[in-house]
Parts: sequence; C-alpha cells; structure tokens
Amino acid sequence: MKCPEKYIAYMHEYLDEEISKEDALELKAHLIKCGDCHRHFQELEKSLALVKSVAHISAPDDFTMRVMNALPKEKKKVGVQRWFRQHPMLTAASLFIVLMMGSLLSTWNTEKALSVSKQPNLVIDHDTVIVPEGEVVKGDVVVRNGSLRVEGQIDGNATVINGENYMASAGQVTGDVEEINAIFEWIWYHMKNTAKEVVNFFEDKENAEEQSLGVAVFL
Amino acid sequence: MDAIIKKRIKQVLKGDQNAYAEIVELYKDKVYQLCYRMLGNRHEAEDMAQEAFIRAYVNIASFNIELKFSTWLYRIATNLCIDRIRKKKPDYYLDAEVSGTDGLTMYSQIPSDTRLPEDEVENMELQDIIQREISNLPEKYRSVIVLKYIEELSLNEISEILDMPLGTVKTRIHRGREALRHQLRNV
Ligand SMILES: [Zn+2]
Repeated sequence: MKCPEKYIAYMHEYLDEEISKEDALELKAHLIKCGDCHRHFQELEKSLALVKSVAHISAPDDFTMRVMNALPKEKKKVGVQRWFRQHPMLTAASLFIVLMMGSLLSTWNTEKALSVSKQPNLVIDHDTVIVPEGEVVKGDVVVRNGSLRVEGQIDGNATVINGENYMASAGQVTGDVEEINAIFEWIWYHMKNTAKEVVNFFEDKENAEEQSLGVAVFL
Repeated sequence: MDAIIKKRIKQVLKGDQNAYAEIVELYKDKVYQLCYRMLGNRHEAEDMAQEAFIRAYVNIASFNIELKFSTWLYRIATNLCIDRIRKKKPDYYLDAEVSGTDGLTMYSQIPSDTRLPEDEVENMELQDIIQREISNLPEKYRSVIVLKYIEELSLNEISEILDMPLGTVKTRIHRGREALRHQLRNV
C-alpha cells in the first residue's frame, strides 16, 4: 500500500511541533486506519526516544584546570594592574620607588646650591636663611643646602634639608619643624608626599566613579 | 545566568583571565557532551572541547556581548567537530589508549562505521549502540540531531549555531530522523 507523501511530512511537522490543527487531525485519522504509516510513526518516535535516553556525560574533573593552563599567557600589563588593585598600600611605595628613586638620588647628589622657598621677608646671609626678628613669614619655609635661623615667626611648617635649624628664643614656628640630613630621611620625606598624592589620586578617582554611578542611576 | 556570563566576559575583556574559569565551569559539560556525541570518542571530545574554549577565549573580543554566549560557543565547538570529522584520518589515535578499555588501543577497536557481528551487538550496552548509530549518521544530519535531541536546542538556535537557514535545518532534521529510524528500529 502506497500512501501519499504528505503523511510523512505531517509526521515531521508534528515532531517539530509545527503542525496545524487540521493536518494533525488528518494525520491522526490516517494513522488509525493505516498500519504502515502507524509503524513508521512509531519507529520515528522510538528512535528519538532512544537518542534522548543516552545518559548525559560530564567533562573530566580536571577539564577547567586544563583549559586554563592551556590559555595564552595573560598580558603582563593586566597582571600588574590587578596586583595594584589588590595591594593599594604597597602600590604607593612601589610607585614611588620605581618612578622617583632615580631622579631623587640624582637630585640629592647634584643639588648643592642653597635654595629656599620664596617669601619676600626672608633674609639670606651666605648659606643661612634668616627670619628677621619681628617679621611674620606666611606659608611653609623650605631651605635646601643651608641653615635656617628663626628670629621672628613662621606661619607654617619649617623644613631644612641638608642643613640645620636654629631657633632663637623669640623665634616661633606655628607648624612642624623638620630637619632632613640623611638620604633615608630625604627619601622618606618624598615618600610621605607621594603617598599623600597617591591617596588623593585614588580618592579622587573613587569620587569620580561614585559621581558617574550616580549619574547612571538617574539616567 | 546571562547576567553573570556578561559580567565575566567583561572581566575577561579587561584582561582578568581568572574570570574565564567560571565560564568554562558553566559550559564545560554541555560542550564536552556535544563534542562526544559528534565524535563518539572521549579523547577527541576532550581535545575538541578544550580547543573550543581556548578559541572562544582568544576571540572573545569579537563576541557581540548582546548575543547569547552559549550560541556562539556551541558554534565554535560544532565547527571544530565538523572539521575534525571531515578531515579525520583513520589512524587518528590509533596508538592512543581508549579510556575505560584497560590498555586497549584503537588497533583492537572496531571502526565505528563497520557493522558488528550480531552476537557482539547483543553484548554492547544500549548506550553504546545508540552512540554508534549517532556516529553512523552523515555529519550534516548528525550535528542537527545532536543539537536538537541531546543539547535540546530550538530550531532557531540551531540555525544560528550552524549559520544555516531555518528551512535547511528542518530538512536536515527530517532526514536525520528518517536515518535514525532505519538504524534504530530493530534495537
Ligand atoms: Zn499510510
């Protein structure tokens, strides 16, 4: 018995769940009275049930590890970035050491001339910087390769690098007084400044991110 | 899950390789299963599945984050398996040990496309018989049948994975089903 091809097509439409109601009813009616088509349909369903019955197998236990080990090596830059993110405190120190050490050491070695912060009422006598009696110097005073004699008043910090600080009895410094004479102190002084800058930098960045997040939320 | 995957992909794109491990964990079984059903050999399946994940990693910048990652990954894996089937040399893994066969090599195994004597068929596990018959399907029917009935994907997704019109996918599934009917009706 030779049946119209359309019944086979209907079977596949049925299996794809794309058969129309009318065609489904027509197929059903045909399968009831046609043994060949009925068998054909059952064989299709049986073979699919067998295929679907195969146990799902899992990848070997070490699969992920082996994939990860086989990946091309991560770009150096990224590894360093992640390390920085995970170690913010060490980052400040290493940033300082890597970027500043070279220029810093050469600065220490080559700068022999007296230099001083520029306030108009400071008096310079040879290698000594004098804050005259009765004068008030506004702002921080930094003397490099020379000494500082305070007879009047400094309205700020006084820092003497590679020199000495003499405080007259009437002299007055409202801020911190610091003498830096050894190279380690010199480095430490810069490191503290660098750390402050790094912290400020990260804080600024965080603030900026928070702000952009805020914007995103309102958008 | 899509949100997690997107997040991990963005981390990978920024260069955080470790984020990729989670992606592998999520999809390894599906990709391995796909490769195994396509190739019928655990060694080859593991090789191809690993290769698929490595290629996906290397090319992740070309993945459109707005699309479904699994579709893209399955496409890579399916193409690798199809290539492997097409240029499969008969001596592939000839000397390699076949897992679970205690030191047997392919020299003592039966090539998948030759018929087994009846008594040996009876001794085979049903699972192995079904896998053998999937392996006996021509490659163009095998991929659609595996994606549809083992990975349980929609016809639309299969059409995307195989980069093939929906009509072609349907035709191949119909023919694949007819081929399976012939092969499995006496099981
Ligand atoms: Zn009929």
